[in-house]
Amino acid sequence: MSGIQPQHITHRLRIRYTKNGKIRFVSHRDVARLFERACRKVMLPVAYSQGFSPRPKLSFGLALSVAHESDSEFLDVELTEQVELDDLESKLTAALPDGLAVEALRWTRVGEESLQEAISSCSWRIEVVGADHDAVVAAVGRAVEAPELPLERIRKGKTRTDDVRPMIVDLTVEGQTDTGTQLVAELATRPSALRPAELVGALGLDGLSEGRVRRTNQWTFVDGERSEPLAPSPSTERTLECVS
Amino acid sequence: MTTVWPQLEPLLPRVQKPARYIGSEDGAKAKFPDPDLISWCFIYPDTYEVGLPNQGLQILYEIINERPDARADRSYAPWVDLEELMRAEGVPLFSVEHHTPCGEFDVLAFNLSAELTYTNLINCVDLARVPIRAAQRSEDAPLIIAGGHCTYNPEPLADFLDAVVLGDGEEVVGDITDVLVTARNEGWDRPTVLRRLADIESVYVPSLYTVTYDGPKIASIDPVDDTVPHQISKRTVADLAEWPYPKEQLVPLTEVVHDRLSVEVFRGCTRGCRFCQAGMITRPVRERPADQVRTMVSEGLARSGYDEVSLTSLSTADFSNIEGVVTDLMDDSDEAGCGPMSVSLPSLRVDAFGVGIAAQLQRAKRSGLTFAPEAGTWRMRQIINKLIREEDLYGAVESAFSQGWKRVKLYFLIGLPSETDEDTLGIIELAKNCVAIGKKYNNRASVTVSVGGFVPKPFTPFQWFGQNTDIELQRKVNLLRDASRKTRGVQLKWHDPKATLAEGIASRGDRRIGAVIEQVWRNGGTFQEWSEHFDLQLWLDALADNDLSPEDVVFRHRTEEEPLPWDHLWAGLHKDFLWTDWQDALAEVGLEDCRWTPCYDCGACTGYGIEHVVASATPPAGGSQGTGQDLAVGGAVPVSLLSSKESGEVLV
Repeated sequence: MSGIQPQHITHRLRIRYTKNGKIRFVSHRDVARLFERACRKVMLPVAYSQGFSPRPKLSFGLALSVAHESDSEFLDVELTEQVELDDLESKLTAALPDGLAVEALRWTRVGEESLQEAISSCSWRIEVVGADHDAVVAAVGRAVEAPELPLERIRKGKTRTDDVRPMIVDLTVEGQTDTGTQLVAELATRPSALRPAELVGALGLDGLSEGRVRRTNQWTFVDGERSEPLAPSPSTERTLECVS
Repeated sequence: MTTVWPQLEPLLPRVQKPARYIGSEDGAKAKFPDPDLISWCFIYPDTYEVGLPNQGLQILYEIINERPDARADRSYAPWVDLEELMRAEGVPLFSVEHHTPCGEFDVLAFNLSAELTYTNLINCVDLARVPIRAAQRSEDAPLIIAGGHCTYNPEPLADFLDAVVLGDGEEVVGDITDVLVTARNEGWDRPTVLRRLADIESVYVPSLYTVTYDGPKIASIDPVDDTVPHQISKRTVADLAEWPYPKEQLVPLTEVVHDRLSVEVFRGCTRGCRFCQAGMITRPVRERPADQVRTMVSEGLARSGYDEVSLTSLSTADFSNIEGVVTDLMDDSDEAGCGPMSVSLPSLRVDAFGVGIAAQLQRAKRSGLTFAPEAGTWRMRQIINKLIREEDLYGAVESAFSQGWKRVKLYFLIGLPSETDEDTLGIIELAKNCVAIGKKYNNRASVTVSVGGFVPKPFTPFQWFGQNTDIELQRKVNLLRDASRKTRGVQLKWHDPKATLAEGIASRGDRRIGAVIEQVWRNGGTFQEWSEHFDLQLWLDALADNDLSPEDVVFRHRTEEEPLPWDHLWAGLHKDFLWTDWQDALAEVGLEDCRWTPCYDCGACTGYGIEHVVASATPPAGGSQGTGQDLAVGGAVPVSLLSSKESGEVLV
């Protein structure tokens, strides 16, 4: 913590965590509640909103769908004061249920974008099942070559048709799994994130559906450089991020 | 160890709320499934969200897991989407800890808190691949047992249950485990096990009794031989302080209906509301010592990370020195420094005192305020012995609106004994006056009136009363609806009179109702608590097919001489006490709360040689509710006081 200039950092703590195993069936909203309770268990001085029903100030990045795992989830927690970060990672992990683990944390910088603003794309490992491997390879090829890829999807309760081709930043077939085909994809999150299930639908193969899905990275672009809002190597990264 | 997880896991992305099925709660006891241990699976026959918070189930789950010779898992009714997939894929009912098939346990123990879950019990047994009828179960089938308030009339489920437990379960589950350990060591067959279970105080084995009928009535219920007890008496834990459970309340990963810490502050209630089965069957009052409450709250909050604790009981504002207790809790919370904390009192008394406490307590968030005057006129409230004066209610409501609440909810019953339309419409009159009080403080003040149809319950003074027909209840709902439409600021909500009828079938039915419940289940009638799944026609058809009628089972008044289906069970209450109280009700005579007045020998204390356990012999300040006396003065009564118990001192 030495060398940090307090005026350059906020009381906002950015946390990186993973979600693995059975707990992938717990919804995004429930994960938020698990973090609220974990913060209380480790006695973090979390800031609360004002009003009739004060709420703890926790803000998450992009929601992760139920049943998806992730190596790369983020949340910001606003505190009323700065605290020692030394063993906070392990204390928070111990206060969370099995399958949620805090990998890194740091203070945000003054003026730093919120997670929602910062993220522009996510990398995914998507297993697809229900169709022949060669057919999947061909369908992926067609999708990548296509000039446009119109897809009906539901947003805010309304069905609309979007061209999702520009949102497929990268898409490759890695190989076969025991039960299907392993895809690796980078999908844009703006203006309206392309979801793995929607990508699978856009491939246009009858009976194809998603199997195990894992988010591996969330990306932000700063001056054309792709990086994550907080990298998973805590000891070095924390110091670098804070001092800058 | 067998687990269905590999078969279940691929189904979960295809169902709603899959977190219901993964266990992994903080506080879960994943004790290794060692075949040498007596294994229990506690099952709540409704969804996970409804069942997980059940405190009774959590208490017994911990007690069994603390034993070196036993272990316990839990299970809940799978929602219809998963059930369909389970049946299609051949996945049996499983426990949430290890996903062990339920059929592999020694005991499947159901909590029965509501009659409309009965078909779900049968469905769970069937999904566990255990024959639904006790008589068809083989030697190695699990024992199917049940406890909870509904088991005070277990007769509708008698054919499906191997054994039934009456009353507090803390001690009985240990006694049952002891028998099963011996049974295993000595190689007893199933009939012997059932006989030995029947020897345990408060365990009822339905197959050891035969019932004869006289038309729609019972003629007699007799033990099969002289070795079987003629009457089965409920179990009562004398001192709650010896049972500080749950010690590690389950903290679920997904939101459930009561998502907060719960600490039971006392058990039993002697307010004497005549419609209230809970108040009758859980007597006497046994308070938990205040310092134990304080420890359980502070440790529970620190462990769970919850920011809200509910102090549970049938009437928490009656807890001795409740103001002092909650002040201490708030001070402890400030000292701990974990952010704002709320204390909720789920059963608020109808007076300004309770509202004052509520306002002081709810720092983190303000929940709604609900009062239960139960009836619209003083005459009716005398009949049900809920002696709330109008000014008590108006004082409570004024207190709520003046302290910032914009809406209060009032709960009423309709279909009470000797109810007239004037009594029914009195509900809207009360609500209208409450709105007028609210308008003084906020122009948008409103009152929600919630109306439920009355279902007479066993072991209450109203057990002889013929329930209103669904048609009559609907007529009363319509009266209220028309009156509320003319009254600004009053919203009316009501419970479906058809569901009230179905509850009545199971509430006071005899063993013949078993065939009805089975048929409703066979025709797809699960989740009958859920309006989207409830179907009265299934029940009416099943009654007719079994030569029974709603008139005989539900609507008919019972006479003093008529044997009741639960006469061989004993809830601690003398039948002549209940009958006298029923006659007093019809004469519009109230009965005082015996905590603060002399004993009238209902039987609950004297029958067990126990007493009320309360910390103060002085009635709580502010409010006449249920006591029939002037509480400003207070009273002194022969009860044992927690602080003076050691010396045996009795305060007079």
